[in-house]
Amino acid sequence: MALKTETMVLNMGPQHPSTHGVLRLELEIEGELIVNVKPHLGYLHRCFEKHAEAMQYNQVIPYTDRMDYLASMGNNFGYVLAVEKLLGIQVPERVEYIRVIMAELQRIASHCVALGTNGADIGALTPFLYLFRDREYILSIIEETCGARMLYNYMWVGGLSHDIHPNFVRRTKEFTSYFKNTIVELDNLLTYNKIFIERTANIGVLPAETAINYGATGPMLRGSGIKFDLRKDDTYSIYNRFDFDIPVGQGLQGTVGDSWDRYYVRVREMEQSLRIIEQAIDQIPEGDVHSAIPKRIKPPKGTVYSRVENPRGELGYFIISDGNTNPFRVKVRAPSFVNLEILGELCKGHLIADVIAILGSIDIVLGEVDR
Amino acid sequence: MYQYFYDLTGSVIISTLITAVFPLVNVLLVALIGVYLERKVSAWMQDRVGPNRTGPFGLFQTIADFLKMLQKEDATATDIDKKLYNIAPVLVFAGSFAVYAVIPFSSKLIGSEIEVGLFYALAVSSFVVAGILMAGWSSNNKYSLLGAMRSAAQIVSYEIPTALVVLAMVMFLGTLSLSKISEMQTAYFWNWNILGGAEFGLSKFLLIPFMLVGFIIIFISTLAEVNRTPFDIPEAESELVAGYFTEYCGMKWAMFMLSEYGNMFAVSAIVSILFFGGYQSPFGYLGNTLGINWLIPYEQAFWFILKGWFFIFVQMWLRWTLPRLRVDQLMTVCWKYLIPYAFVNLIIIGIITLL
Amino acid sequence: MKTAEEIFEILKNELGEIILSIDKDTPTEPIISVEPLKIHIVSKFLRDNSELQFDSLMCLSGVDDANGKKVKDNEGYDVIEGGTLSVYYHLYSTVLKHKITLKVSAPREDAKVESVENVWKCADWHEREAYDMIGIKFLNHPDLRRILMPYDWEENSHPLRKDFKVPEFYQGMKIPY
Repeated sequence: MALKTETMVLNMGPQHPSTHGVLRLELEIEGELIVNVKPHLGYLHRCFEKHAEAMQYNQVIPYTDRMDYLASMGNNFGYVLAVEKLLGIQVPERVEYIRVIMAELQRIASHCVALGTNGADIGALTPFLYLFRDREYILSIIEETCGARMLYNYMWVGGLSHDIHPNFVRRTKEFTSYFKNTIVELDNLLTYNKIFIERTANIGVLPAETAINYGATGPMLRGSGIKFDLRKDDTYSIYNRFDFDIPVGQGLQGTVGDSWDRYYVRVREMEQSLRIIEQAIDQIPEGDVHSAIPKRIKPPKGTVYSRVENPRGELGYFIISDGNTNPFRVKVRAPSFVNLEILGELCKGHLIADVIAILGSIDIVLGEVDR
Repeated sequence: MYQYFYDLTGSVIISTLITAVFPLVNVLLVALIGVYLERKVSAWMQDRVGPNRTGPFGLFQTIADFLKMLQKEDATATDIDKKLYNIAPVLVFAGSFAVYAVIPFSSKLIGSEIEVGLFYALAVSSFVVAGILMAGWSSNNKYSLLGAMRSAAQIVSYEIPTALVVLAMVMFLGTLSLSKISEMQTAYFWNWNILGGAEFGLSKFLLIPFMLVGFIIIFISTLAEVNRTPFDIPEAESELVAGYFTEYCGMKWAMFMLSEYGNMFAVSAIVSILFFGGYQSPFGYLGNTLGINWLIPYEQAFWFILKGWFFIFVQMWLRWTLPRLRVDQLMTVCWKYLIPYAFVNLIIIGIITLL
Repeated sequence: MKTAEEIFEILKNELGEIILSIDKDTPTEPIISVEPLKIHIVSKFLRDNSELQFDSLMCLSGVDDANGKKVKDNEGYDVIEGGTLSVYYHLYSTVLKHKITLKVSAPREDAKVESVENVWKCADWHEREAYDMIGIKFLNHPDLRRILMPYDWEENSHPLRKDFKVPEFYQGMKIPY
């Protein structure tokens, strides 16, 4: 007589140390083997889209901060670009430069968290704290300028809330030269650690075809070996003036598109962001950051879909204007929301411990998934 | 130890009391200092400050934590197996506590000087598995269950390489008594087993590489037996929340922690006895030079505790540096690498000993 | 790389009736309107045609057009009757690097749109969200459940509709404000 076995349902989250917030995963397991993964969302749903309909265009900006709270600058950036496109505003050069520098600093800060938590999920707590220390460095630079650590409300339609602090340029330069050491340290401590490679290489392989079909963007897509970055491929703001590379996953330790590749792409992306900052910081022109801010934002009737490359991928804002001062509809295409969809596909046939490693490499922010 | 204190105090009651309480005090002290040290060491490694509010340098932090633990409500889930649930922490703690009875802190400070100390230590420390399984099963929590299953598999597997290395050492030394093993590595550090033992000759030099291999195997496998990173899979925080003690709180939880730190010192002690001369000083004794004989046991205790804490420090160092292995990789390390090497090592040490 | 007009021409020639019109008045992007129950055919064509190769769905948004008649219901709240609910599809080709926006509109009372989940996998959650928030039913969707709202949220209550009334009770519990 054959032994009859049953699968077990393990409920991971919403309170779990490594579901990055309040994600709930319903794991169907057979021993430690994953049979099926069902994500359940909505625990952090704060009705961003409904709120946005009741707000004036500029009042929506603080709400965008709270979606991807690790990359608020990017969220601001995407939103103001969309509204500016709707209004047809050209912002001053100085604003463009400051925006790009801020967004890139934020990208580094966000990747610090992503890489750190990915490591911490696998058990390496020390790199996590090193990266948080350096993230704090960035946040303090940003704080000096706009007065907040995480939720900035810094980029306004047509300009910025404040001009940069007099120390900003000096401290940013200090940071860029300092942070290069951190990347070397991170490579030594975690990236090429044998155990870390064993845990992430060949785990959660995402083939390029699947990645595109699932709409994966950002480091997820680039980890699968596709050279696609909105900053280059659908350029916005002044990114076309800077010289930087797009790192892609090459399967150095395993298959192309595995968890290690996604991790690796993020590390190399931080280097590229440093390059952009170094180029931009010396070129900031003089000017007034408030000059193009419209008194009253009342865009014409129409729709706009505008997207930017956020640290987690393509952040799209779809705004419908009915000619009033409030947006008629704001839909956010959140990168984490779309990237998370692949989780079930990636986890099949792996072990419980791998779910954590894969989830860490997808790098989700629940604030953005649920909005 | 009883005899020593009897000679010292001349009172049956006092010496009995000291002998009885000594292991308990030890295990508590180890946990108290261990937790503090873990926090401080991890803080230094991670560029943090660590506890610094309670007392000078935060020295009283663990005591404060302990007091907090005592006051906590003993909250339990409803559908647990009450009996097993309550016995489990005691059993786990007893397992690690009982080892302390045979650890020779110096030639005089031994709880019980039994002939089969090494065997006893191995036997008693595997008691922990039963407690962990009970905790995991009775908690009625899937995370606990998975943690307990992993833990049982892990501890049982890693006991094999440990036992194989111990076997090799026993073959080489010809005794199971921990104090005798320490005694054999007397005088200077070149007499330690890691450097081929006290007997001077060709075999000493032949043995050194194999002793090193043996030491590495036993260190890794004891690391796995006490569930420390990179082998802390049973309680892998990011996967299984807290493994088998997910459902525990307050003092019962503290007992698990106590046993973890107790175990850390116990295995460090065994490793240092087997390979690093136990309580023997590496450079001879001040008591001998000055002619103060009563000082020697205290010096020995000092060296022993120093060695023990050094290994604990190494364990902490590893924990805060390395990521965690996966369950199947853990088993691979054990069955595919450690056990074959330990076997070969056993045979080679046996042959050299025969020569 | 093709402009929206060229794409519209190709579509009109190949698929005819299904493609309704192109709206070029919007300031930023022309929108091609399509029959709601034929959208999967259009999608498949757009994805597989070698000249178009729209392999990626950037965004799928459900919109309450609120173009119906406003009437008071018996409790005095504004309710919209008639009009349409729409779905916007923003497509992008990673190979040819061109974009297009599609739009389908379905009657508000019985909004049914064909699912494109089997064309672009990422439509799955987007469609669930549109169903959850706006109340558009996607036919042939494998797993059309609520996604952001609780699973036991009141049936036919979709928060992003313009006439959504904030409920006072959730499962018999008073909602505090």
